[in-house]
Amino acid sequence: MKSYQEINEKIKSGNAVVVTAEEVVAMAKEATPEEIAREVDVVTTATFGAMCSSGAFINFGHADPQIRMEKIRLNGVPAYEGLAAVDTYIGASAVNPDNPIYGGAHVIEDLINGKDVELEAWGKGTDCYPRKHIKTIINKDSVNEIFMFNPRNAYQNYNVAVNTTSSTKYTYMGTLLPNLRNATYSTSGELSPLLNDPEFRTIGMGTRIFIGGTTGYVVWPGTQFHTTKPKNEFGVPVSNSATLAVIGNLKEMSGEFIKAAYYEKYGVSIFIGIGIPIPMLDAEMARKVMINNSQIETSVLDYGTVGTPKLGQVTYEQLQSGTIKVKGKKIRTAPVASLATARRIAANLKKEIQDGDFLVQEPVQMFPTNTSLKSLHEISDKKEGGAL
Amino acid sequence: MRMVKRRYVLKFPPQSGDKPLSYILVKDYDIRINILKAEVVPGKRGNLLLELHGRQSNLTRGIEYLKKHQVECTPLDKTITLDQEKCINCGNCTAVCFAGALTMHPETWELQFDKSKCIVCELCLKACPLDLFEIDFHDDAE
Repeated sequence: MKSYQEINEKIKSGNAVVVTAEEVVAMAKEATPEEIAREVDVVTTATFGAMCSSGAFINFGHADPQIRMEKIRLNGVPAYEGLAAVDTYIGASAVNPDNPIYGGAHVIEDLINGKDVELEAWGKGTDCYPRKHIKTIINKDSVNEIFMFNPRNAYQNYNVAVNTTSSTKYTYMGTLLPNLRNATYSTSGELSPLLNDPEFRTIGMGTRIFIGGTTGYVVWPGTQFHTTKPKNEFGVPVSNSATLAVIGNLKEMSGEFIKAAYYEKYGVSIFIGIGIPIPMLDAEMARKVMINNSQIETSVLDYGTVGTPKLGQVTYEQLQSGTIKVKGKKIRTAPVASLATARRIAANLKKEIQDGDFLVQEPVQMFPTNTSLKSLHEISDKKEGGAL
Repeated sequence: MRMVKRRYVLKFPPQSGDKPLSYILVKDYDIRINILKAEVVPGKRGNLLLELHGRQSNLTRGIEYLKKHQVECTPLDKTITLDQEKCINCGNCTAVCFAGALTMHPETWELQFDKSKCIVCELCLKACPLDLFEIDFHDDAE
């Protein structure tokens, strides 16, 4: 049993043994969990996929005279106007209505890359904020704060998408050809953060992470945080389940690990690079991170049919082999998240920890357990006495 | 005489179905035919994307023969280009590439683009979330 303090002492002295989650899988072929727990101090995990539920808070600073921004556009993309006078939140999937292939994700990527962005804002004019309009240029150095706050990132597992209908479907899982002619999947498998700590022993509120090229934090369970989905014999959920809400300073991020994306007939999304170190507390933790692609399963869903019915269950080993079998039919597979970039993130994080530049942080509060999802019901009448 | 490879888009009029045109191309003009893409709607026009491999003089004569029989022959003078430097290796384009030109390397998981297999179906253009593919119009490469 190792404590966070002991692991951090080793990191600070430059003696920590750090491996990636893929490297630990290779070690597991010859070593027992007890041996791995003794030898290894930290395992790095990572993912680089499209995560729509992302965005950034910005404080522009005040102009002279001041304006209370009640309608805000950044390069034509609507940003949220319901905060204080010069605060906003730009959501990744918001789009410029005149150019719907350019969205909040592109604004965020432009800002990260140091580009200038046009800010236009309107207000009604108040006694304390008399100005009614402003049109100017901002960039990441001109604003006071700009930090990414993503309510739902790093899904613990995700479904495989197929299409049984006779027409092509354009989805956030890519272009799904008719009649089961392709299947797409979106997780880095044995390298994926939440698949390596499926019960959240080390990942919780306050966990220090790699996000978009800089250091950030897990701040809350992500939206749609679901911990009671069916699990397989290796303890991993077989469909999308838990998620993370994460935060990080956008001024320090790199365009290499945050990329805007546009999906045909769907809209704008954003690729987010996230890396999470898992401290090797004991043999039980070693057993979790030893999990390999043949032990991680996920559900194949028909994205062409309303209700996305489940058609089968496959392993990541099968997905990465290039073909899966669904309903007796061989289907070609394709990833829609970048394993190559996820590996680079896991390697970068490994090096940072080895160099003593990144310490592991014990969660200040653990995630809730036994959570599930509610559906949105269509109700026409409010309850008596209900608030307006 | 040197052998050349050329790609042509052939458009067949509705009444052309009764002539064994490809047989004649092979037999009389010694042209090797590789069908890359075919769209045939009965009673309407048919489109074929062919790769023709043979002597230049035979190719010229074969094409003249097709034209005489009301088959429109347009040399395929476009190729697909990829801005590889900006590619994030997500794999979205490989999901739609049935020609097998775009594949993920099984070890590095980086995108590989084998242009010789590309049939210019253009599905990758819309499948790429970073808009990194373009059609390049120029004389078909040998």
